[in-house]
Amino acid sequence: MLKALVIDAGKCTGCKQCEMACSYVKEGEFNVAKSRIRVFDFHTEARFVPYTCTQCAEAWCQQACPVNAITTNADGIKIVHENLCVGCKVCTIACPFGTVNYNASTGKVIKCDLCLGSPACADACPTGAITFRDSEQAGFDKMRVWATQAAHGTTTQGPNTPAAKG
Amino acid sequence: MGWTGKILRVNLTEGTIKTEPLRMDWARLYLGQRGLATKYLVEEINPKVDPLGPDNKMIFATGPLTGTAASTGGRYSVITKGALTNAIACSNSGGYFGAELKFAGWDMIIVEGKSPKPVYLTVIDDKCEIHDAGQIWGKSVWDSDEWIKKRHQDPMMHISIIGVAGENQVLYSCIVNDLHRAAGRSGVGAVMGSKNLKAIAVRGTNGVKVKDGMRFLKATREAKKVLQENAVTGAGLPTYGTQVLMNVINEAGAMPTRNHRQVQFEGAHDISAEAMATPRKSDGQKNLLTNQACFGCTIACGRISKIDEKHFSIQNKPQYWHASGGLEYEAAWALGSNTGVNDLEALTMVNFVCNEQGLDPISFGATVSAAMELYDLGLITKETTGGIDLKFGSAEALVKCAELTGKAEGFGKELGLGSLRLCTKYGRPDLSMSVKGQEFPAYDSRGIQGMGLTYATSNRGACHLRSYTVSSEILGIPEKTDPLATDGKPALVKAFQDATAAVDSSGLCVFTTFAWTLNDIAPQVDAACEGDWSPEYLMELGERIWNMERVFNNRAGFTAKDDNLPPRLVSEPAEAGPAKGLVNGLAKMLPEYYQLRGWTADGVPTNETLSRLAL
Repeated sequence: MLKALVIDAGKCTGCKQCEMACSYVKEGEFNVAKSRIRVFDFHTEARFVPYTCTQCAEAWCQQACPVNAITTNADGIKIVHENLCVGCKVCTIACPFGTVNYNASTGKVIKCDLCLGSPACADACPTGAITFRDSEQAGFDKMRVWATQAAHGTTTQGPNTPAAKG
Repeated sequence: MGWTGKILRVNLTEGTIKTEPLRMDWARLYLGQRGLATKYLVEEINPKVDPLGPDNKMIFATGPLTGTAASTGGRYSVITKGALTNAIACSNSGGYFGAELKFAGWDMIIVEGKSPKPVYLTVIDDKCEIHDAGQIWGKSVWDSDEWIKKRHQDPMMHISIIGVAGENQVLYSCIVNDLHRAAGRSGVGAVMGSKNLKAIAVRGTNGVKVKDGMRFLKATREAKKVLQENAVTGAGLPTYGTQVLMNVINEAGAMPTRNHRQVQFEGAHDISAEAMATPRKSDGQKNLLTNQACFGCTIACGRISKIDEKHFSIQNKPQYWHASGGLEYEAAWALGSNTGVNDLEALTMVNFVCNEQGLDPISFGATVSAAMELYDLGLITKETTGGIDLKFGSAEALVKCAELTGKAEGFGKELGLGSLRLCTKYGRPDLSMSVKGQEFPAYDSRGIQGMGLTYATSNRGACHLRSYTVSSEILGIPEKTDPLATDGKPALVKAFQDATAAVDSSGLCVFTTFAWTLNDIAPQVDAACEGDWSPEYLMELGERIWNMERVFNNRAGFTAKDDNLPPRLVSEPAEAGPAKGLVNGLAKMLPEYYQLRGWTADGVPTNETLSRLAL
């Protein structure tokens, strides 16, 4: 079973515990600027959105890398090998989502590797906005909300409207 | 570890910026933030200094846990001599600014002198620069935030800003960061304005390290679990915010109403947390859109609200049409119950104005309430107010006052003085509901007796955040005491004051203490910081900080006479509710409090007390 980070922005409060956990695991210090997951604040719309690498099946970062420094492991995780990375940043251009970034202090790129199977961000999230689950069922929670509404004949509020936030 | 060990010293008169190492010997005695920055301040300024003169200093200070994964570890404080009070001031704020300052590599910024022209600072890691603020002087907090981020092409900056209220030195102006979090009380914004300093913008890419990472993660994880499982921090605050208190305090008969004439507000339900979460009649939408956390906070009590676009208060004012920081309990009370206004949308709008212009909504609301009483008594008239019909309960009058005060226009200029100076001007200083010039927060001390002693002895003037005995007297945390009794309250107040001073110095939020005691906090500090930090040591450290603040105030000219309450609270009995017939028993509590503190009968710490505390 392939597992994926499932992000429900509706539950995010913007506390950045995910960024703290990520940077601690990856950098050995609390440093949100080096976090592989970032929370974006759309305050005028009352929305906070965590965002990180989705581990594309066909990963453009991987295909663009001229020195094959990005590989895929058995769990489908795209991993940057620091010993091979030459810091050319082509992958940061290739990634359509901007989730591969350059780390000037090491001269290498950094991206989420799901902590190789037990992501610290999901563990640290206090509201369940970030969970780590079967990637084939990632949408089931949303489906259930819509199905519930269909069952009760109301479709005016979707799971992503601010009013549905907990 | 915990601390970055570095201080930035900015002299605005000379335009110089220096760095210096943090005094680690002081950090051991005062921890950080409130305690440590106050130590720097009392060592560096004359207590009799004019708070709005160039010789006052202001310190933007983080704690050792700011910028760590400890829950609520994102706080910073502004420490200075208060413009409203002439006493020691320490105003604490959340949002993301404090953590960002730490990530930039600084424990604190000490600001000295006065710039010859308006300026703002940028602190980007170890690069600090002073910039001309000519183009944003006169602009709102919100517009300035946007302008600075655009100018430096950096949307990730976090910025602390004064609004026009601070520029105009409104005596209770605040410093707003992240658009709607504020170092709110005692007029710290006016001090910043007096220095011609518009804003400090920070961006940090360095990390914060802790002493023992594994032990720290374990301690913070266990402490987060305590918050999550507690009814207040795990359910009440995230769902309802501090507004969860509105109906509770009203039922306790401790809800100051119409400038403390009454202790219960008939419109409390209309402006409560429950009302915010119920679809409005006007447009079917809810006032409350979501909750928001400050940096690192697993409670998330912040409110994000949106006003009905058709409401009279925001017609043709598009800057208020989007979601922004909604009503906390203190603001809802000061702007609502205390003025007799039960229009939730109007209160939200005025709260937005306070954030936009940089006003403390507690002191602003309480000053409008005092003015409404003066108007009611005929001591001021429409002639004084510039035509405003300043009746208790008038949402229109409240909105108008809010729009004038920050800008210091018309009657707003008088409101900007605060209630004590305003009421004194019109011959009735007794109608100012304040201590040391600072207005009361949202608890009537006839219905919660311990809060009377809390207000009277608070080093920064009337304040609920110096010893929140409401926890014990109403909520039963850590144990229930009788809110109507004075017995045992001096010891309770002292214990809360000392513990709170320690919490404020750590970088954590005082709201954690609904669930945490120092037994939960000490292991987190101990794992992060060099040295041994036991709960007992933190309590002693808190007592040291309290006495240091007291000595500063005594030297500034305050005496036991200033540890008082307005006559209304000690001579006019509550008219209704559980406290019916009661006044506050301050006279019964104060001598015992002085004794417990090791102070003379005149409220002066004895030499034995000072040497016991290494002061």
